[in-house]
Amino acid sequence: MTDTASSQLNFFEEKGGRKGLWAWLLTTDHKRIGLMYMYVILTFFIVGVLLGLAIRLELIAPGQTIMGPQTYNSFFTLHGVIMVFVIVIPGLPAIFGNFFLPIIIGAKDVSFPKLNLFSWYLFMSGIFVVLISLFTGGGPPDTGWTFYAPYSFKTTTNMLPMVSGAFLLGFSSILTGLNFIVTVHRLRAPGMKWMKLPLFAWAIYGTGWIQLFATPIVGITLIMIVAERLLGIGFFDPALGGDPVLYQHLFWIYSHPAVYIMILPAMGIISEVIPTFARKAVFGYNAIVVSTMAIAIVGYFVWAHHMFTSGMSTTAQFIFSLMTFFVAIPSAIKVFNWVATLYKGSISLQPPLLWALGFMFLFMIGGFTGLILGALATDVHVHNTSFVVSHFHYIIFGGMGSAFFAAMHYWLPKMYGKMYNIRWANIGFGVFFIGFNVLYFPMLILGIQGMPRRYFDYLPQFTSLNVASTIGSWVMAIGLAIIITNLIKGARSGPAVGDDPWGSKALEWTIPSPPPLENFDVIPDFTETDSHKS
Amino acid sequence: MESHTHPHIHRDDQASKLGMWLFIFTEILLFGGLFIVYSIYRYMHQTAFHLAGEELNDTIGTINTVILLVSSMTIAMSITAMQKGNLKLVMQLIYVTVFFGLIFLVNKYFEWQVKFEHGLYPSSKFVQNLGAGDTLFFSLYFMMTGLHALHIIVGLTVLIWVAVYIKKGRVHQTKYAFLENGALYWHLVDLIWIFLFPLFYLIH
Amino acid sequence: MSEEKQHITPYATYIWILAALLILTFATVAITNVNLGPLSVTTAMLIASIKATLVLLYFMHLKFDQKIYRFMTTVVLLVFFMVIIFTFFDYLFR
Repeated sequence: MTDTASSQLNFFEEKGGRKGLWAWLLTTDHKRIGLMYMYVILTFFIVGVLLGLAIRLELIAPGQTIMGPQTYNSFFTLHGVIMVFVIVIPGLPAIFGNFFLPIIIGAKDVSFPKLNLFSWYLFMSGIFVVLISLFTGGGPPDTGWTFYAPYSFKTTTNMLPMVSGAFLLGFSSILTGLNFIVTVHRLRAPGMKWMKLPLFAWAIYGTGWIQLFATPIVGITLIMIVAERLLGIGFFDPALGGDPVLYQHLFWIYSHPAVYIMILPAMGIISEVIPTFARKAVFGYNAIVVSTMAIAIVGYFVWAHHMFTSGMSTTAQFIFSLMTFFVAIPSAIKVFNWVATLYKGSISLQPPLLWALGFMFLFMIGGFTGLILGALATDVHVHNTSFVVSHFHYIIFGGMGSAFFAAMHYWLPKMYGKMYNIRWANIGFGVFFIGFNVLYFPMLILGIQGMPRRYFDYLPQFTSLNVASTIGSWVMAIGLAIIITNLIKGARSGPAVGDDPWGSKALEWTIPSPPPLENFDVIPDFTETDSHKS
Repeated sequence: MESHTHPHIHRDDQASKLGMWLFIFTEILLFGGLFIVYSIYRYMHQTAFHLAGEELNDTIGTINTVILLVSSMTIAMSITAMQKGNLKLVMQLIYVTVFFGLIFLVNKYFEWQVKFEHGLYPSSKFVQNLGAGDTLFFSLYFMMTGLHALHIIVGLTVLIWVAVYIKKGRVHQTKYAFLENGALYWHLVDLIWIFLFPLFYLIH
Repeated sequence: MSEEKQHITPYATYIWILAALLILTFATVAITNVNLGPLSVTTAMLIASIKATLVLLYFMHLKFDQKIYRFMTTVVLLVFFMVIIFTFFDYLFR
């Protein structure tokens, strides 16, 4: 077991002979790298939220409220690019995958620590290049985060830095996924067989494969946009014989699997949190593992459900709709497993569990609205309306976002060795949850009534629901402020905690909080043990 | 327990190899995107692609194919030589591989130069006037062979780097993962060309 | 994991594989000079796949490595081909 001598330094205190900021910028310790990602991602999350609040403020009334159409287009483009490429795709793997994957498999670090740091620098340079697009040339891009052709190569706005920045961010993602796959293959503790891997490790592993497989396709597609703009290659230009729909295919061949990069780690976190606070081993470990890999694979073949109205063939519409229904099944299986874990458990309603329950509720709404979008007949009616916007915010923000906060509230004590204020955590959750639903539920109705997305204006009959939605955004923002402030306060000056404040049986709770530099003094040995790690 | 200055990193050759294979998969998929574009547009413009393909010089294409195949053999042989401890042969084989790679690039340079002189280059009015099929064919040709040439340059850089490390004794008979992985990258470059060659040069 | 018994490929094997690759190359050139219509692409791609397999198995050592590498390579290529097929579900039936 572990040596918890109080004279042992934790990883914050081990600076490797470096002073101040250099202990961070030159580190190869997966824990520090995870935290560096966290600080940057939280900062840009706030930026993204502010952009979102501005969008909602514009939409509080018909006509121009605070910005004109060009600015509005740039706002939702930047909001999307930041949220997708800087926050939700990297978010969980880069922060919690980095910090916890080695620990929960009983390793001292990832397989390629220097590559890990390089990934972070790629991430930072990608952000930097994206931000350049705001301040130079023809102004910030206005194409939406999806960069659809032909507009993306005709617009005079600053596409090149934004697309290049996205490329760098993608490269960072690929290398992180690569690192994690090799880590799981090579650095599992003795006796930790594949079917004894913690579920979060399985989630990160499956996610790594998606990062590896799918990202290069968007990489080359972004290069094609650059080539289109600079060299006029004509792949997607109808005037030169190209097909804009082919761009959509290539874009979504990545971007659909990308949403599984977002959600698989989230589901992994829920699979860790629920057993801890139900004081019960997870129900159906094997089913969760199989469904994780099934989602990763089947998720490759549903991409064109984003393109039902693009003009593609009826055959394709049919097949992709069918595949979309198939991919819903493994997700639903997980929900059943989580509910079954809670059933007859000894429930301890701490903040992490609150967030996990919130996840299940919001993710299910997102999932059900996804079925409406996946069915051809109904999709035609709601495609490109605010129904879609609501759907993906429920899944990504409600789903992955809730899991993110669940992870923060679960693992912050381990990372910093301190506890946040439980009461304020609960209040923050409540305020956020109410605000979130007031913000996004009306959009479902607005979409069905026909309000388009990505328009800075709308018909007068949509006003009252838009007002409600905007007020919801303010409530939600207050909730976020409470949550984040509470977490930061807790991390800096909260009361100290020991190894295992939650009473979990999982491996990360057997080492000190914060962990020592190399996680384990003695690598744990699982040979001949029968226990499942939750 | 005394504090460490940094985590002790164990050497793990299997991890390096696995990492290299995973990276190779990403490269395959990177080119894969372009192959998707090629296959769709060839399907949509079969005749135009056939005619445009005749513009390409089969002889140079075949020579380049042979060059890459031979260079793949030589770098593969260098692994055997390393395993047998014959460092001199390893270096010679690496030099031969690099030499062939450079010839490939020189051929490509002349090929492209001839094309440019005939008005065949991306966004040239001449090509656009030939029609959609030709435009797409030549855009694909330049993008795919261009990206491939870039990878040849990277591959050559890696191989030269390996050679330098061998000279410095940092790669040797009991520690040669770097050579193996560099060779894998070179084979990847060969693999891509194996498909590019018939798709562009051999459609008549 | 330490290398137990390293597999060393004899030089001669590599020469034989190169010979096969060169023969297949010239076969491709010859066959595509004959007008087989749409079969030309298929034949050329088939031969290219055989060449690629030889490079993967022998030059890249997959034949002598642990099974997992062959498995991963197969899955990657399979997924990629299926993506092409699914894309063609659009274009073939427009």
